[in-house]
Amino acid sequence: MRQVMEPSDITRALRRIAHEIIEGNKGVDDLVLLGIPTRGVPLAERLAGVLEAIEGVAVPTGILDVALYRDDVGRNPTPNVGSTEVSTSVEDKTVVLVDDVLYTGRTIRSALDAVTDLGRPARIQLAVLIDRGHRELPIRADYVGRNLPTALAQRVTVRVVETDGDDGVFIEQGEGF
Amino acid sequence: MQHLLSTEQMGRSEAESLLDDADGFLEVLDRPIPKVPALRGRTVATLFFEPSTRTRMSFERAAKALSADTLSFSPSGSSVSKGESLKDTVLTVQAMGADLAVVRHKAVGAPWRVAEWAQMRVVNGGDGAHQHPTQALLDALTIRRSLGGLDGLRIGIIGDIRYSRVARSNCFLFPTLGADVTLIAPPTLLPVDTEGWPVRHSSDLDAEIGSLDVVYLLRVQTERGGASVFPSLSEYVRRYGLTQRRFGMLKDEAVVLHPGPMNRGVEVSDVVADDPRCLVLDQVANGVAVRMAVLFRLLGGTSG
Repeated sequence: MRQVMEPSDITRALRRIAHEIIEGNKGVDDLVLLGIPTRGVPLAERLAGVLEAIEGVAVPTGILDVALYRDDVGRNPTPNVGSTEVSTSVEDKTVVLVDDVLYTGRTIRSALDAVTDLGRPARIQLAVLIDRGHRELPIRADYVGRNLPTALAQRVTVRVVETDGDDGVFIEQGEGF
Repeated sequence: MQHLLSTEQMGRSEAESLLDDADGFLEVLDRPIPKVPALRGRTVATLFFEPSTRTRMSFERAAKALSADTLSFSPSGSSVSKGESLKDTVLTVQAMGADLAVVRHKAVGAPWRVAEWAQMRVVNGGDGAHQHPTQALLDALTIRRSLGGLDGLRIGIIGDIRYSRVARSNCFLFPTLGADVTLIAPPTLLPVDTEGWPVRHSSDLDAEIGSLDVVYLLRVQTERGGASVFPSLSEYVRRYGLTQRRFGMLKDEAVVLHPGPMNRGVEVSDVVADDPRCLVLDQVANGVAVRMAVLFRLLGGTSG
């Protein structure tokens, strides 16, 4: 298992993404950050903290559970149902989806369906800490912490203090290496 | 989980994870669009060989909120009145493409037989006076959401226990989740043999009522012979009815549950039935979420 991001790398990446979000949206008005469980949720909260520190305005965050919108229901053991907690309306807002790793794109496809069931945002953007490639759908991120070229058999693990006790991004070699 | 037939063998973690999922589905049901695509393309058949409106509607609502299709069947005017056997009915519905059958039948054990015959998943929607597991789960969810959890709670199940599948399901699930259950009924309305049930019994409601956190009232089931085993309804009300006087003896935070439909003026007084601490309508709402959790658990996984 090889560490590819230290805690300080993650902090710097999130700070840069926050600046890009502000630049891309000309401020943080009408912004809503929605974290995708599990690790997208604390990452969204951290991003909101950085945005508030820069702009002096609190940005609403929420949790977007996508388990019920997946296209692989029936191919895996039944997932647990999480709770979507979005206390503000997404109607006509700019929704930034936040996730730890962008891989096949299928989670984000589910997330797009889940968001549009909550309302009609003005636009939806995507921020991820890691883009590891191997997309199976025409989906791309607007904000990327680190592009990480990987082989299919490799495994990318993101650890965050809030759920795992420490911060770090790791690559594991899979079968055949 | 292959089928949901009984609460008797259900473990605590399995029950709690279904209740956790149900909490998530309550949030779905509260959305502007209370529907998710999770079970698109799956078909749920409700095979109710006994009359039922609310349980069937609750299952159908749950299936539709998950985007499953529903097939419904009632014995009157169907092939059953022409003499078709249970097995043939079940295999016919399966051949039409049902993935899961909710079975209600007056014969104890019928859902188990259906599970043996069919490749479909089976949910017991009530078999005779035996089991009604989704009712017990929705009751547990209602108590958990209202009082925070079942651990250490004192729950009194009152009334017609002998003829009640609801009581039999709750007698096992509530203790599994940490509650202390007392059956309170005239001896003639207790089952003949409660050996091995994790519960106590009493026939004196007035002596017990002040210590209860949950009062679970059962309907006096006149259609199953309930009325013939005590001298008169007014005597039943006097000794076991939740009258306003007894309601006043309850702890301040205690809540009242009833599986419905209520006989107002018999097991529960009219005024108590309308009190906010009587959670009957919460039970109905929670029932849809619990049934979504069960359907999703059985149909949302591999080979579902």
